Amino acid sequence: MPFKRYVEIGRVALVNYGKDYGKLVVIVDVIDQNRALVDAPDMVRGQMNFKRLTLTDIKIDIKRVPNKKTLVAALEAADVKNKWESSSWGRKLIVQKKRASLKDFDRFKIMLAKIKKAGVVRQELSKLKKETTC
Amino acid sequence: MAPKDRKPHVSRNPDLIRGVGKYSRSKMYHKRGLWAIKAKNGGAFPKHEKQAAAAAPAEKPPKFYPADDVKKPLVNKRKARPTKLRASITPGTVLIILAGRFKGKRVVFLKQLTSGLLLVTGPFKINGVPLRRVNQSYVIATSTKVDISGVNVEKFDDKYFGKKVEKKKKKGEGEFFEAEKEEKNVLPQDKKDDQKTVDAALIAAIEAVPDLKSYLGARFSLKAGMKPHELVF
Repeated sequence: MPFKRYVEIGRVALVNYGKDYGKLVVIVDVIDQNRALVDAPDMVRGQMNFKRLTLTDIKIDIKRVPNKKTLVAALEAADVKNKWESSSWGRKLIVQKKRASLKDFDRFKIMLAKIKKAGVVRQELSKLKKETTC
Repeated sequence: MAPKDRKPHVSRNPDLIRGVGKYSRSKMYHKRGLWAIKAKNGGAFPKHEKQAAAAAPAEKPPKFYPADDVKKPLVNKRKARPTKLRASITPGTVLIILAGRFKGKRVVFLKQLTSGLLLVTGPFKINGVPLRRVNQSYVIATSTKVDISGVNVEKFDDKYFGKKVEKKKKKGEGEFFEAEKEEKNVLPQDKKDDQKTVDAALIAAIEAVPDLKSYLGARFSLKAGMKPHELVF
C-alpha cells in the first residue's frame, strides 16, 4: 500500500505526546530526518520530533517558514478548523473530550436517556416482529 | 503622634537581590533626610530623655527552694477549630456518601458544624437519609448544587445530634428484664418536624431542576469501565 499522507510544508498534524498533546499544528519546515519545525496560532514556533506527530489529511498552502500572520491567514483560508471538526477523526476526539468531562449528574441524565431510547427501539422492534410472524 | 493612623512604611531602598540594597549608607542617610532633621535640631539628632524605669516591687527571697529542678511544660497555643472544608463543598452541594448505612447515596450538604462534621439531609422523602452528620473524609463532592436559600439551618448543632443521657435507674432484679424490653428508640416528634420543615424548602428547589429528584433517589456505584481517578464529579 502506498503512503497517502506525506510530511511536507503545510501538512497539518496532531501532536500525540508532550506538553501540546492534542493540538493541531502545521509543519512549517523540516530540520533533519527526525525533526520538523512546527507552528500553530496559539504556540511559539518550535521543533518537534516526527514521532510526536500524527499526520492528518489536511494540507494548507504556505511557503517555507511563514510568519505568524501569514500562517494564521492561510489557516483561515483553508478553513482547517471546520474541516477538522467535521472529519470523523476530529468528531471522535470531540466526543472523547466531552465524555471525559462529564459530571456525575450528566452521566445520570445520559443513563436515563439511553434507557428511554432503548425502550423506544425495543417497542418498534416488537412491532416489526409481530408483523412478520403473523 | 497616633501610631494607628500611619500606613505601613515602604522601604526607600529597593532590593537589587535579596540582601543587597540599591543605595549605599551615605546615600540612604541623605535620602532619609537625617541631615535635615539634624539641621533643624541644631547639629545633633534630637533625642528624648530616658523614661525613669518604674521601681520594681521589692522581691522577698523565697522561703523554699525545690531540691530538683521542676520542668515547665511546653507552651501550647493550639486553637481548636473545625476541619478545613474542601473548596468544592459549599452549602447546597450534592455529596456522595461513601461509607456506612447510606453508602452510595447522593445527599444535599447544608452546613459545617463546629465539630467539623458536615450536616447533611437526603432529603428524607427522596432517598431516606435524615438530617445527619457525616465526616468530610467519607464524602465525594459533586459539582451539582441545589439552591439552599430557603432553608434555615441555624438551630442544628452538635448537641442536637448527641446521645440522650438518661438518669440512672436503680436496677432491681425483677425489674431488670422488663426494663430492657421497654427501651425502644422512638424518634421524638420534634425531630420529625424539623426534618419536614428543612425538606419542604429543599424539595421545592429540587423539583425545579429536571431529573434532579430521581438523581438524588438513585445510589452511586462504579460500573464497568469507570475509572475513579479519571472521573470528573
